[in-house]
Amino acid sequence: MHWTNRRSTPSVTGMVLLATRSTVGKKTVMAVTGIVLVLFLVAHMVGNLKVFVGAESFDHYAHWLRTIGTPVLPDSWYLWIQRLVLTACVIAHIWAATVLAVRARRARPVRYAHRRPIQGSYAARTMRWGGVIVLLFVVYHILDLTTGHLNPVGDRQHPYGNVVADFAPERWYVTLFYVLAVVTLGFHLRHGLFSALRTLGQRTTAGERRARAASLGFAVALCAGFLSVPLAVTLGLVS
Amino acid sequence: MNLTLRIWRQPDPQNKGRMITYRVTDVSPDMSFLEMLDMLNERLTLEGEEPVAFDHDCREGICGMCGLMINGVAHGPERATTTCQLHMRQFKDGDTIDVEPWRARAFPVVKDLVVDRSAFDRIIQAGGYVSAPTGSAPDAHAVPVPKADADAAFEAATCIGCGACVAACPNGSAMLFTAAKVTHLGLLPQGQPERRDRVLDMVAAQDEAGFGGCTNAGECTPACPKGIPLEVIGRLNRDHLKATTRPTR
Repeated sequence: MHWTNRRSTPSVTGMVLLATRSTVGKKTVMAVTGIVLVLFLVAHMVGNLKVFVGAESFDHYAHWLRTIGTPVLPDSWYLWIQRLVLTACVIAHIWAATVLAVRARRARPVRYAHRRPIQGSYAARTMRWGGVIVLLFVVYHILDLTTGHLNPVGDRQHPYGNVVADFAPERWYVTLFYVLAVVTLGFHLRHGLFSALRTLGQRTTAGERRARAASLGFAVALCAGFLSVPLAVTLGLVS
Repeated sequence: MNLTLRIWRQPDPQNKGRMITYRVTDVSPDMSFLEMLDMLNERLTLEGEEPVAFDHDCREGICGMCGLMINGVAHGPERATTTCQLHMRQFKDGDTIDVEPWRARAFPVVKDLVVDRSAFDRIIQAGGYVSAPTGSAPDAHAVPVPKADADAAFEAATCIGCGACVAACPNGSAMLFTAAKVTHLGLLPQGQPERRDRVLDMVAAQDEAGFGGCTNAGECTPACPKGIPLEVIGRLNRDHLKATTRPTR
């Protein structure tokens, strides 16, 4: 009979192993990395809205991003640190998702002959493929508006011009692609945020209602913010 | 009423199974689903065919033995109802009904619609208990329990371990089951001494058995004949997080 905990105090690596080994631990990894990525998205979305202030303000903002942390850090260092952290989060997020997806597939080797689709929500049903679409979009988006390789202008000194050229009315298909990708991201966040809160210990009925409502509201607000820029350019409100 | 049944037949774990079509006639709407299967089996027996094997015991909805995937829904179309308590009035004359066993690697098919759910026993063995001294019984109210905790613990304790949550889960996860046990014991003072080890050991046993991981899709609670709430999973997650991030005293 064991009245006390059998486990002794683990080392730091022991704790990390303990925390990530189980399926619940992998969900924790997904939740924490997901929240870091969402915080970045909020900052990114708010920064984007500078486009409505004017070309100078937007370009100045883009330049300022490179000077965060100076003179303590050399120019652009902060940006690269942030990029490294975000990339690490993306990798950890995808790693945990892949392990869990493979595990889920193996957990049901014989499929049902008759199966209803998942009832919960469209968002919950499309997390995995939605995530893949978001990843492909992020790759395209970086090549488009960060490095400029896929941008019609690609002038890294004047990002405002890149944005305006990118979403010009005759390039409506680019805008459409962005809209679809952002909506996919919105669905991913709607279930992802709720799921992250639950994984991190949300545990009451009333709290569940609030968490679901907050996740939906947050996803809609973030989508609206992100969509406002390409749509405004395509509709000629920003030029 | 007359019905067409498509039932999974599998002679043993080694042989492959398949869906076989049967027609049943003169089914009373007041029959339970299992009584309807009994009727089919009587006929099959008289015709010299092998009857359909399915699990059942109390037929009162409290033992957790019965459990069939009926038209792709665990325990059939009626909410918070076990297969034995499901009545044929839920169906219409002329319906075609697909009947399959729970599908999970951790629940291998024994025969036809019978699956081996001892994986659940292994999860319970890993930590679904409290250690209690033997001897004379303590006074009933010697250990006070807040009413809200007692109610929530009791709600979680109504889990009958039928496996519908696993059957319904898109990931084949046993989280609702394991979380119900962790919640039930973790809310009560008697469950505190082993609380930390319990969650780690039960989750490990669940993973070991080959169940999938939970993605909070929420398919389990609507399928649960006892309506175990989804939030028990949050309680397990919180216990797990505490157990893995805080050093023991």
